[in-house]
Amino acid sequence: MTAIRFRHVAVFAAALALGLASAAVDAKPKVKVGFIGPLSGGTSSNGIGGRNSADLAVRLRNADAKAKYEYELIVLDDECKPNIGVLAATKLGANKDVIAAATHYCSAVAITTVDVYHKFGLPIIVWGAVLPDITYGNNYKEVHRVNGTMINQNETAAKFMTGLGYKTWAIIHDTTDYGKGHNKYFSKFVTENGGKILGTFGVTSDQQDFSAELTKIKSLNPQVIYFGGLTPIGVRIRAQMEKLGLKAQLEGTSGIVSDTFLKGSGPLAEGVLAFREGAPTEKLPGGKFFLEQYNKQGYSDPPEAYGAFAFTAMTLILDTIEAVGPDRKKVRNALNNVRGANAADSITGKVDFDDNGQNTIAVITKYVAQDGKWTVWEDSEYAKGLRKLKGR
Amino acid sequence: MDVGLFGQYVMNGLMLGMMYALVAVGFTLFFGVLDIINFSHGDVLTVGAFTGLATYLGLSKIGITWAPAQVVIVLLVATTCMAALGAVIARYLVLPLKAAPALNTLLLTLMLGTVLHEAIRLFYPLGANPQRFPPLLPTTAYSFGNFTLRVDSVMLLLAGLAVIVGIHLVINKTKLGLAIRAVAQDEETAKTMGINFTLIVLVTFAIGSGLAAFAGILHGLYYSEINFAMGLLLGVIGFSSAIVGGLGNIYGAIIGGFLFAALQTIGVLAMPFASAYKDVFAFGVIILIMAWRPTGLISEKISERV
Repeated sequence: MTAIRFRHVAVFAAALALGLASAAVDAKPKVKVGFIGPLSGGTSSNGIGGRNSADLAVRLRNADAKAKYEYELIVLDDECKPNIGVLAATKLGANKDVIAAATHYCSAVAITTVDVYHKFGLPIIVWGAVLPDITYGNNYKEVHRVNGTMINQNETAAKFMTGLGYKTWAIIHDTTDYGKGHNKYFSKFVTENGGKILGTFGVTSDQQDFSAELTKIKSLNPQVIYFGGLTPIGVRIRAQMEKLGLKAQLEGTSGIVSDTFLKGSGPLAEGVLAFREGAPTEKLPGGKFFLEQYNKQGYSDPPEAYGAFAFTAMTLILDTIEAVGPDRKKVRNALNNVRGANAADSITGKVDFDDNGQNTIAVITKYVAQDGKWTVWEDSEYAKGLRKLKGR
Repeated sequence: MDVGLFGQYVMNGLMLGMMYALVAVGFTLFFGVLDIINFSHGDVLTVGAFTGLATYLGLSKIGITWAPAQVVIVLLVATTCMAALGAVIARYLVLPLKAAPALNTLLLTLMLGTVLHEAIRLFYPLGANPQRFPPLLPTTAYSFGNFTLRVDSVMLLLAGLAVIVGIHLVINKTKLGLAIRAVAQDEETAKTMGINFTLIVLVTFAIGSGLAAFAGILHGLYYSEINFAMGLLLGVIGFSSAIVGGLGNIYGAIIGGFLFAALQTIGVLAMPFASAYKDVFAFGVIILIMAWRPTGLISEKISERV
């Protein structure tokens, strides 16, 4: 009886020991990472898509048996408002358990919160905001960004256009920060790529009549008119070019990639070029994989245009923590080292940070208006040579 | 500068000047009969343009696609509706405030203007977006070197000229015009002479607002685009043109309109790399002219006020 009892105890103890051992294998150290985006308000669809995508990155990692840590995602809402964003950033920064975060869709929020991250030493990767100054307006080592800016947009635009053989430009830009920024960067890159700017015209963002500027441009006779501004005056410029018999190719920025431009210009929109940060998700290198995984999780909202970038930002954070351990400083330094030979592969293409933490290989999509739709250049009849741009 | 380019600038300036002049004439007519400034005038122009666009869309729906008929009907509907709107504004908003300080009328019309263009923005389908205005006139273009002359632009210019000549004839050669001039000169005396003051005011507002609708359609046909905010700056420019020409004088308003267009064009030519400042330049010169001739360019030469 005693023996039997003893045997029972032995079996029990053995089972216990085994159980403990397996528990030790299961119980990976927990690590917290953060996500901030606009989860309520006008841009909430983008914020929720980004949140789901970051969450997807965490779920996939937690399901991976090889991962060293178990991750918990802390999600905060910035409402696309700078003051709320600063509160959220402070909350994450002050929480020492949070090692890194993917933050912000809205430029106005991101530009005000970078100081907070710097103060708390919290490494972050911006996943959606496009204003150049978020990375270039400071030299904070904590701030990185995976998506492109108007700088990348204009670099791509300049290289693409000079690549098509265009040589001379006239620039019209509105005099807001948006238009001036575009003028600045496009002028820089197009000149570097051998293009020549014959004239630059600043216009107000509510101007009606462009006949004087366009007549002047007509006398300069450029091959391309570059327009850095938003849809309403883009529509007017396109219509008035026609009135004055201007035969130049019109090239716009992300500001005119809208259905309103196509509707407002009607048949005149045909063949107009424009460029925008990001890409339709299915066009991204890993877009198919991402969408498959996203749909498997059964989120009720779509990832939207920048979801893939939130996924990339979060995946990069998790990879870095796996590599160097859950320590803010080490993660920060490791992220700053993601460059050149260390550039990371991601579903949005390569990530290669410059000194300011800006991804220099950011995805920019080229669009051409074809039959009343913004068509990705590579899929268009223009790229296939079935239709011709002006002057080609 | 070569001749073709010069011709192009002149043509641009004339088109612009024609639109400004038509708006300015409205301001000056209202001021003539009632001594008030109607700041909703620019927005009446916008409503006129949108009425025209809606009429066009309606015509296309019921199958009238012959362009000349469309132009005529669009113009008729828009000018008639705006003439009616102008008369309603005069009857129910301006005349009741006749005894009140002029400032009240000014504020009232300013607010009415906001109501008008905000109503378009909110109630016209996708009203916040720029709307494409159909090309109803022949778009044949003739090129002479750097000068591109479009048939539609010439037609618009001639139509504008015809309207201005027509206004001139109405004011100077008809009994109605005589009555308007009489009211403008002296309301009390005009009344004792048996002129129906209220009727004349209403008719004057109808004429001015009809002109605004005409200018709105002109704008739509010329720029192929209209939007809910188009009347704001046009109103300010039309008003400045009327002032600089001599408020109350039709010819002053016309000269003022063309002068303003010329200044804007010169602004771009003179400052090729600072074209954003062309309005600053134009308004700056207008301020200087006003300092030099506070009563306007020609109001002093002609004692009779219209």
